[in-house]
Amino acid sequence: MARIEIARVSKIYTGGVRAVSDVDIDIADGEFIVLVGPSGCGKSTLLRMVAGLETISEGSVSIGGRRINDVEPAERDIAMVFQNYALYPHMSVYKNLAYGLKNRGTPKAEIDARVAEAARMLELEPYLERKPRALSGGQRQRVAMGRAIVRKPAAFLFDEPLSNLDAKLRVSMRGEIKQLQKRLGTTSIYVTHDQLEAMTLADRLVVLNGGRIEQIGAPLEVYHRPASTFVASFIGSPAMNLLPATVFNGGILIGDQLSGLSANLPNGHVTLGLRAEDLRLVTQGTGMPFTISFIEDLGAQRLLHGLCGGHPLVVAVSPDLDLPANIRLTIAADRLHFFAVDTGKRIEPGPAPVQPAQNGTETAASEAGMTAGF
Amino acid sequence: MKRVQFNNRFLPYLFLLPQMAVIVIFFYWPSIQAIQSSFYIEDPFGFGSTFVGLRNYHDALFGGDYLNIAVFTVWFTIVVTVLSLSIGLLLAVKADAILRGASAYKTALIAVYAVAPPAAGLIGSMFFDQHIGPFVKLVSYFGWDMKVGVNYYDTAFAMIFISVWKQIPYNFIFCLSGLQGIPVSVREAATIDCRSGFRRFWTVILPLLSPTAFFLLIINMTYSLFDTFGIVDTVVKDKAANNPVTLVYKIYLDGFRGNDLGGSSAQSVILMIVVFVLTIFQFRFLERRVHYG
Ligand SMILES: Nc1ncnc2c1ncn2[C@@H]1O[C@H](COP(=O)(O)OP(=O)(O)OP(=O)(O)O)[C@@H](O)[C@H]1O
Ligand SMILES: [Mg+2]
Repeated sequence: MARIEIARVSKIYTGGVRAVSDVDIDIADGEFIVLVGPSGCGKSTLLRMVAGLETISEGSVSIGGRRINDVEPAERDIAMVFQNYALYPHMSVYKNLAYGLKNRGTPKAEIDARVAEAARMLELEPYLERKPRALSGGQRQRVAMGRAIVRKPAAFLFDEPLSNLDAKLRVSMRGEIKQLQKRLGTTSIYVTHDQLEAMTLADRLVVLNGGRIEQIGAPLEVYHRPASTFVASFIGSPAMNLLPATVFNGGILIGDQLSGLSANLPNGHVTLGLRAEDLRLVTQGTGMPFTISFIEDLGAQRLLHGLCGGHPLVVAVSPDLDLPANIRLTIAADRLHFFAVDTGKRIEPGPAPVQPAQNGTETAASEAGMTAGF
Repeated sequence: MKRVQFNNRFLPYLFLLPQMAVIVIFFYWPSIQAIQSSFYIEDPFGFGSTFVGLRNYHDALFGGDYLNIAVFTVWFTIVVTVLSLSIGLLLAVKADAILRGASAYKTALIAVYAVAPPAAGLIGSMFFDQHIGPFVKLVSYFGWDMKVGVNYYDTAFAMIFISVWKQIPYNFIFCLSGLQGIPVSVREAATIDCRSGFRRFWTVILPLLSPTAFFLLIINMTYSLFDTFGIVDTVVKDKAANNPVTLVYKIYLDGFRGNDLGGSSAQSVILMIVVFVLTIFQFRFLERRVHYG
């Protein structure tokens, strides 16, 4: 019922700030879209244009096939959940939930039924007569959610709804939001700067940078094939290692060191992306030499911070792994990411060369070493 | 709330002393004097006084035009409070819509407050001057032959007009800062929940403004009852009799013009009791409906 089409939308604030530029997103009915990006990238602005709290400078937004650029917020059939909850402080929880329905002329019996249902779903029944100030942060957040769901709108809009909660509550509320959305099947747009929240909630992620879309895709697709160095460093924790590298005759050099890696790419400089969790330790044979500077134990994971070819690198290993004295690193060929040095855009290497990779790499690397005169 | 610890336990009282002294000297002391002298009749030439019990009260309540003036005062207070509060609020709501975030305009508007009150009484009475008053001239085109100081109702009109006008900036500023104190996101949530701006105002904005409104209600009533003395004086001074005056002005007239100190003391005690009861009433019954954020 409610597909949302955002077509070439831009926001230019008075004073000429271009907060959102040419954004195109086609959101399917029932889809959970997460807008993610660093502070100031225009996530809230985009969401608020859909809500009607900001005017749309350019482009158009339609909800369920109806263009809503000039429609009042109350008539757009959306409900919004705010970061600081924005509950009406002078109204009881019941009245907070009922307010939007009452203003739309919903019959009293129906309001009661819907509020009761929402209160049951969100376990708010004991608090219906309380004022918001007598509730904990988590309970307030539920009321804010309840206020959205009683309306049964075409779309939910969330602007960082969990960022005022403590870490533990955030995780459990995250799960609840996901379940609730799946159960109700309401199209949702969710804004966050927390990449973990984005990964776990989204059907599709929209990574924004400086008001532009950097990449749209399913969370794992974005994780495995980041479209740019920006996305690569933003999605995933710890952030992807990005190293300056040189490709010479199919071999890869990191700094002035042979890496033992190969790629079917033209000669030249590239940015090499290596996820910490994809790197493996090897004790013998070829591999990138790695010297550890310090170790972070996270419990489930152990992060080795060190240098590879003169560049900082993080490796994630299992905590019960014995660390050999002389460490070398290796990585599966399909886990390598390459990005253009100038634009930061992803480069796809061609299919692996026919000749045995091991040999080719070694010759190529030693030649490169000599030619480049390291 | 931050708690400050004093090393010396008398130090806090020392800090309070000037304020307490002002209250005692200018409020409690005269009040006690008034209560005392309300039971005496003072010799007009200052040769002592005679205890007369409640006679001054009896004379005040049932003598002359006291009740007429009391009725006028009630009307005057209600009209001035309601008008100045609602006009101030209306202007604040209009300004608030434009001012969101633009603090330069805000400062410019608030500066009016610093100018208006002291000049208001004088400017106001010139406004209604029989010969040069522009208002009098204006309404004469509509066939209203306005005679402030002569016609009872014209005088009442001028008094109310000036009193309201003088109080509007004060109400405007408090209402505006009250409005700006309402969280933006709460307003935005209301825009999504309720289409009608008018309804939003009654159901969300006004309730959230109620602490400010309650405070202003008390301030405005006190203003209408007492602080309008100067305005009443400018309008009716040296004019023919039969002009409307408020109770406070009558107290002044009887005490300082009529030299009836006992009588005017009795009147001020009555007024004191009325204000006292009114204030208790406001706090008991109105404040319950006030939402403090
Ligand atoms: N009213 C405004 N006038 C001018 N510029 C604005 C206004 N509101 C936001 N901006 C600018 O637009 C850009 C995007 O702001 P926005 O609030 O959308 O960021 P965000 O991605 O939500 O960031 P955050 O994660 O910190 O909430 C910022 O550079 C901000 O300074
Ligand atoms: Mg934001």
